[in-house]
Amino acid sequence: MIETRELSRHYGAIRAVDNISFRVEPGQVLGFLGPNGAGKSTTMKMIAGFLAPTSGSASVCGHDVALQPIEAKRLIGYLPEGAPSYGEMSVRGFLAFVADIRGLGAELRRQRLDDVIGRLSLGSVLGQSIETLSKGYRRRVGLAQAILHDPKVLVLDEPTDGLDPNQKQEVRNLINAMAKDKTIVVSTHILEEVHAVCNRAIIIAGGRILADDKPEALEARSRYHGAVSLTAANPVVTREILVRIADVESVVIDPQDQRVTAFPRKGKTIFAAVNEALKAQGIAVSEIQLERGRLDEVFRTITQDPAQGKAA
Amino acid sequence: MNPIRIIFRRELASYFATPVAYVFILIFLVLSAAFTFYLGGFYERNQADLLPFFSFHPWLYLFLIPAISMRLWSEERKSGSIELLLTLPVTMWQAVVGKFLAAWAFAGIALALTFPLWITVNYLGDPDNGAIVAGYVGSFLMAGSFLAIGSCLSALTRNQVVAFILTVVTCFLLLLAGFPLVLEAAGAVLPQFLVDAVASLSFLTHFQSISKGVIDLRDLIYFALMIGFWLYASAVVIDLKKAD
Repeated sequence: MIETRELSRHYGAIRAVDNISFRVEPGQVLGFLGPNGAGKSTTMKMIAGFLAPTSGSASVCGHDVALQPIEAKRLIGYLPEGAPSYGEMSVRGFLAFVADIRGLGAELRRQRLDDVIGRLSLGSVLGQSIETLSKGYRRRVGLAQAILHDPKVLVLDEPTDGLDPNQKQEVRNLINAMAKDKTIVVSTHILEEVHAVCNRAIIIAGGRILADDKPEALEARSRYHGAVSLTAANPVVTREILVRIADVESVVIDPQDQRVTAFPRKGKTIFAAVNEALKAQGIAVSEIQLERGRLDEVFRTITQDPAQGKAA
Repeated sequence: MNPIRIIFRRELASYFATPVAYVFILIFLVLSAAFTFYLGGFYERNQADLLPFFSFHPWLYLFLIPAISMRLWSEERKSGSIELLLTLPVTMWQAVVGKFLAAWAFAGIALALTFPLWITVNYLGDPDNGAIVAGYVGSFLMAGSFLAIGSCLSALTRNQVVAFILTVVTCFLLLLAGFPLVLEAAGAVLPQFLVDAVASLSFLTHFQSISKGVIDLRDLIYFALMIGFWLYASAVVIDLKKAD
């Protein structure tokens, strides 16, 4: 469990993190979203015990990070931004060092090392020095280090940054596999990741929490939530037909791919009505889709207009 | 296992992970021999002792020790590994002491490898081996003090070159404080007790008294305080600077 209470960190006059309070329970995977410089990393650094808060507190499984740092740090697995490690060490040597510091006993240590080396497919690079590894492997070494002691709480700062699509998928599978009994916080600015791994998302900007909800609920805030988009032979005629439907608020034609999107009035569903109208008018549609909502659009609206975010 | 020991082992191994360590030791041995035989007139003095060897150590350390200490914390800060280290379950002082001890052990290894000189002087004559042991102890303690200063100053910056220069300058000032030239000049304007205070701050004063074979408790306390103070300062500086 992670809990922050009015957590703040100021750098001079700049409020990097401003009164952030939240609580994450075991089984939750919290996605931390926000533009660059929003305070994501600073918040994570305070939870991990690297930075001391200017005011407020963070606790991990009941241990206040500032007052009982060692107890808290034992329970956390932390991947710092950029996955730093000791470049001159071999992968094997580095993981052995972390296992020693974590105080793993001989039997457990072998078992855990085998487990993380297998999970992150590090077997082929064990003897290589870390600085000679590719970015993807270095990131995996950082992840291996973070989960080595099978921690109850995982704090991962941009775990998939710089990975190729296959590696991203592997890391997401890894997080999903661990999600059941752990408390996990993941920061990212890749929005598809939120769907892939998170069951809760917090959007922060300017050091403040602007939204805290399930990913689906955030999507529901989107203008696109419940909208119907389709590709038709004659977009202009199609638009004329669709705007006449009672619950349709507006219809937009994408200037690039001529895709027609009909937006519903607030709280209305229009998919059936649109379908019927098209059939009645004999419009041939090559493809039609009900939109779930676009997270990137919600993200932009919330982070670029803080006033609206607070109201919502 | 104690975290200090684990950090110590990792650090010491990292010195030898690159050829730099071997180059450093080689330079140290060549220079200390060159100083002893050429500048120190080891043979010409016709005395079976290692005074010419030890008397150049402060000047040798002035440039070689900052080369060891410059990477202690600045590299951790530059690569970001400081964030990894300090979020592992170790306390700040365990990290500071572990890294310092590794650097000190490395300097100790370099110093110990000058043993052929000891054998030589024993082969050539009948030296006071007690005085030589004292000289080694004094030299080792002085290396520790230089390293503690270097540890603190390398925490100030991400740039190793800056750390090197800051350490050289600081150590140079602390050496100079015991130089007769400085003390005489100071004596002309300052009352005697202030001159003594300046002299007692210097490495040179304490090192010279030990290397003459007299291990005085006051000299030992001086070096212990010096190392303790600068390591404490290291921890304070790391705490202040780690955020940026």
